[in-house]
Amino acid sequence: MWRVGTVVMLHDETTTARTITLEVPDWPGHLAGQHVDVRLTAADGYSAVRTYSIASATSLEKRVELTVERLPNGEVSPYLTRQVAVGDRLELRGPIGGWFVWRTEQTEPVQLIAGGSGLVPLMAMIRSRAAFGSSAPFRLLYSVREPGAAFYCDELRRRSENDRSLSLTYAYTRATPKDWPRPPGRIDAALVEEAAWPSKIIPTCYVCGPTPFVESAAGFLSACGHAADKIKTERFGPTGGRK
Amino acid sequence: MGAISRGFSGRRSATDVKLPPGQYLTTDFPVLSAGPTPRIALDKWEFTIGEGTNVLKRWNWKSFRELPAETITVDIHCVTRWSKLGTVWEGVSLDTLFAGVKTDAEFALVHSYGDYSTNLPLEDLMSTQAWIAFRFDDDDLAPEHGGPARLLVPHLYFWKSAKWVRGITLMHEDHPGFWENFGYHNYGDPWREQRYQGD
Repeated sequence: MWRVGTVVMLHDETTTARTITLEVPDWPGHLAGQHVDVRLTAADGYSAVRTYSIASATSLEKRVELTVERLPNGEVSPYLTRQVAVGDRLELRGPIGGWFVWRTEQTEPVQLIAGGSGLVPLMAMIRSRAAFGSSAPFRLLYSVREPGAAFYCDELRRRSENDRSLSLTYAYTRATPKDWPRPPGRIDAALVEEAAWPSKIIPTCYVCGPTPFVESAAGFLSACGHAADKIKTERFGPTGGRK
Repeated sequence: MGAISRGFSGRRSATDVKLPPGQYLTTDFPVLSAGPTPRIALDKWEFTIGEGTNVLKRWNWKSFRELPAETITVDIHCVTRWSKLGTVWEGVSLDTLFAGVKTDAEFALVHSYGDYSTNLPLEDLMSTQAWIAFRFDDDDLAPEHGGPARLLVPHLYFWKSAKWVRGITLMHEDHPGFWENFGYHNYGDPWREQRYQGD
């Protein structure tokens, strides 16, 4: 069933990513970590559908926020990040997915590991946790190309300053802020061991990002002793390896 | 037809290929998995066909690889909307693996290393429709794509082609597998666009 949402707000997160807030009158609610299908239809009936993670918290509101990263040769993301205007209507289907979700009744520690725009569904978890007053301790390890490419920076800083059980670790792959202690580079086993919850407290781990990132991050968690059934992953994009 | 998106024209593919509804063409090979990629040593690998608690047939890697294999060229369709055409695999037909198995079960639950599972009617595994594949594109099947061996059942959405496959359990009643328990369609025919429950 396709629902129609009206764009009520647009906000640029970075030079290539935009958050779209939609009002969806018949929205049934969603869990943090779920996604939607968005359908665009041309005047002649041609349509294209892509899947985007929901960024907003679980709530009773009839609103959904999506943060969309523009892909260089994308068909749908350039439209969503450049052409869409407030007042436009978009068709969406969902929420979809019941595995890569954080439920507000979960109380165990949570380890989030995001690569690039893989932060979006994890942000929905951080926001849901706050919205429901959950005291489940959260840690986020966020790998991003450079400081200017990070999503939700101010909000994350504010949330972690006001909440000792939400901690953030940034890792930069290409360029770091001035005087950053760690040189630019991909996350490695040592960083995961240092920044993530130890496996002995049995956190639930959520890893989201491009496929090679998720492959390596989930591998580091396994190597640190986290059980496979405690590591939930969501991958997107090409494999990065052979075709 | 849906509501028209103001100013959207889209990017139609230049080639005149016939894709299932709602799919787009990719030349890459994206990966979708629910957890970490399991690494299975070949000397520990085994594959079984069972019914209830009975193991009807069992292979280790060596005996499995001694079975007659074939080259399979098929189009694959992922529920996340990419389709990839003309993929080339090498694998053992399920018809070969089921030779001599007598059962009146109608359903199969395919299970994997890493506890993934998927369900399908047994008849969808028979009659040259399904294989256990161990090579892709002239190379051993990479772990992230399901190696050492995965199910290949290309007439259904690709989540049915379980990675890291370790066995098939025959059942008289249908039981939902992993994604089928999380809102995805029980059967998953791409040409009827059976993506989610209710489609």
